[in-house]
Amino acid sequence: MTQMSADVIIVGGGFMGSAAAFFLRRRGRSVILVERGLVGQQASGVNFGNVRRQGRFLPQLPLANRSRKIWEKLNYLIGEDVEFLPTGHLRLCYSDEDFAVLERYAAEARHHDLDLELLGKNALRDRFPFVGPEAVAASFSPKDGHANPRLAAPAFARAAGRAGATILENTEITAIEKIGEDFEVTSGNSSVLKAPSVLVTAGAWGGQLSKQFGEEVPLVARGPQMAVTEPVPYALKPVVGVYSKVTEEVVYLRQVERGNIVYGGGTRGPAYPDLRRSYVLPQHSLNQFQQVQRLVPALKGLRTIRTWSGIEGYMPDDIPVMGESAKESGLFYAFGFCGHGFQLGPGVGDVMAELIDRGRTVTPIDPFTIGRFANRDDSDANASSETETRRIA
Amino acid sequence: MAEDRIIIIGAGPAGIRAAETVVAAGLRPILIDEERRDGGQIYRRQPDCFKRTSQDLYGSEAAKADAMHDCFEGLRSRIDYRPESLAWNISQGQVHVARDGQSQALAYDKLIIATGATDRVIPVKGWHRAGVFSLGGAQIALKSQACAIGARTVFMGTGPLLYLVAAQYAKAGATVTAVLDTSRYGQRLQALPKLLSRPGMLIKGLQLTRDLKRRGVEIHYGVTPLEIAGDDVDGVQSVSVRLETGEERQFDCDAVGLGYHLRPETQLADLARCAFHFDTVSRQWFPEIDAQCRSSVEGVYLAGDGSRTLGADGAEAAGRLAALAALKDMGIIVSEPEMGRLTKILKTMDAFRNGLATAFPWPHAVAANLSDDTIVCRCEAITAGEIRATCGEIGSGGIGADELNRAKAFSRVGMGRCQGRYCGPAASEILAQRLGVPVEQVGRLRGQAPVKPLSIATVGDAP
Repeated sequence: MTQMSADVIIVGGGFMGSAAAFFLRRRGRSVILVERGLVGQQASGVNFGNVRRQGRFLPQLPLANRSRKIWEKLNYLIGEDVEFLPTGHLRLCYSDEDFAVLERYAAEARHHDLDLELLGKNALRDRFPFVGPEAVAASFSPKDGHANPRLAAPAFARAAGRAGATILENTEITAIEKIGEDFEVTSGNSSVLKAPSVLVTAGAWGGQLSKQFGEEVPLVARGPQMAVTEPVPYALKPVVGVYSKVTEEVVYLRQVERGNIVYGGGTRGPAYPDLRRSYVLPQHSLNQFQQVQRLVPALKGLRTIRTWSGIEGYMPDDIPVMGESAKESGLFYAFGFCGHGFQLGPGVGDVMAELIDRGRTVTPIDPFTIGRFANRDDSDANASSETETRRIA
Repeated sequence: MAEDRIIIIGAGPAGIRAAETVVAAGLRPILIDEERRDGGQIYRRQPDCFKRTSQDLYGSEAAKADAMHDCFEGLRSRIDYRPESLAWNISQGQVHVARDGQSQALAYDKLIIATGATDRVIPVKGWHRAGVFSLGGAQIALKSQACAIGARTVFMGTGPLLYLVAAQYAKAGATVTAVLDTSRYGQRLQALPKLLSRPGMLIKGLQLTRDLKRRGVEIHYGVTPLEIAGDDVDGVQSVSVRLETGEERQFDCDAVGLGYHLRPETQLADLARCAFHFDTVSRQWFPEIDAQCRSSVEGVYLAGDGSRTLGADGAEAAGRLAALAALKDMGIIVSEPEMGRLTKILKTMDAFRNGLATAFPWPHAVAANLSDDTIVCRCEAITAGEIRATCGEIGSGGIGADELNRAKAFSRVGMGRCQGRYCGPAASEILAQRLGVPVEQVGRLRGQAPVKPLSIATVGDAP
């Protein structure tokens, strides 16, 4: 039996865990990152790649802003290009009623350092002539954009490794126990890892670990429904998404410089965390075909060459679990990012590193405490309307 | 109670014989096929206005082709035949089929997948140039359209198809500059005992070589492919190889037919969630089947070259057997002696398949040793060097790929229109050699819907 110890053990090598490992090393903390499969293989690697702030739950904007600042200098920081393009994010809608929601959001976002441009029907077409005739108006966030999710988390893990973090892939955790001041983490190959702090960044599997510490959360695993077209000349710069209360209408797309158009959205698919499998349902693909054409009619002539899914963790209130455990000191969580964690990744890593290192963070994360699920009423009948306003394109 | 529905995908020898067997049991199967006409690749029909005879088109296999086409004509009114239809996904007990811009979900009780095979290719430097075709592609051009891929063609690779296509070209009057086989002649003798399991096939094979020699076609054994030279305007200009003697030779030509046996078309089996196993003889992955063509998934049967490369005769037997197994599993009484007979035929053919794999081995070292600047994935223009660069554990300072899907995520190899069906076999050899692990350990590229590119204009049927 081998033993290793560090200041912090991170369980889960997705974007959050990899970024946290990197920023903890920058703070001089020793880190062991444990990943049961491969780094960035699940939700972190299969998502749409949106680096989008507009539409987020307003109290999350300080975190998103902090993350955006890191995206800006990411290549310099981690020494690799993850194809971040600050092309802007266009969020359009199909009804005046929905536009009223976008207008209200823009007014409030201004107080959180997010300036959005509201575009009426004519301005929208002047600026973005490719949008379909059904779009009545839009909100444009000029400094949002997109990046490559296949590359981002592994790039962070490599940078963390170069900075001295220990990265253990293909390493299953069999038990986490607190013995005295330290946590003891036993892995499948029977090595024991010891550290005074543990950060759980296990995505859709995070709830299984928090439950071991008496902090059960109502996490549900779902699969994003992603697809990509054949490549065509690079022309469509901003990320384009829909704001709507109708789930089927909420699709989003972006063109990568290579030329392919990546799209996703609509109803999510089934995911099986225990089997580590998830699926794109054919009826969802066909709905996306229709909605993508509605969004950008010119895409009608393209062919889809591939679809994929992955396993994401969703919370009933559509915001993540983030912060210190309400029950165990030294235990921290950052999981359940409800399909919108990609933009937040660098910021979450930075904030969690700060929280673990300093015991506090300058960026407010109180709404995300795991304590919100303690003694909760499981009927949860009131959550839906609030969740609706947080639903994002 | 509604009659159980049997869906057969693929109207080649396996699919047609499966349909015939189902019809004989008094049922009406749905037969889905991507092509405009029945026959599959081997018994592909020419366009209506073409007048070549069966003998011209199919040579020694003319009688079998006629029998197959007659069988199909006899079935036409008794099956629900859907040509030009792409089965693009399988999910929750339904096959999703696109035709003329419409997609329909067809529920099945039993599904027989007979999707055949495509060429197994090893890239060579310059193979992205205009004028390079797979052997199967070269054959289709001739069989379907009476066209040659070039005025002076070199055929390179290994396996029986190499000689068959070259001989067909020569017979049709095209200039075959050379046949370049990566297998050594001695390997054929080693395989002789196994090849004798089908003496008729063995003799046909020998005749092909004799025909080519009689027509003065240069044949070289044990070659190592070096490069296909040419330019962006005129395409292919020559092929260079190292002969078994060590001498380097250049063959001037304007087209190349390339292929190293076949690989099964397994994406639909993958989407149906069938289990796969690694076949050590041919160094590739096949979906698992039992002796009677049942896959690992209940209600899904696999027949023909899409599950094991046995050729056309094997496909006919497997199609019949898969259908009998499906009928039997539905509670219909079928002839057990017939099932036993077919099982035995397939066993013999599998011995022959092993013989072919010994006589014409997949030259995995050729793939593994491709120079860094050789394009491996033509869809995405990914080189061997870029694939190698993805290797190594993140924890030890590497990029992080320890298997093929990971190399795909990092390098885009296999991410294009063909989903790695052409580059996957070589990419796995390159990766395995660099990692220093057996090739089965790097896995296989997972099939993802849609099976072939699908237009965004496709409209679904009402739910």
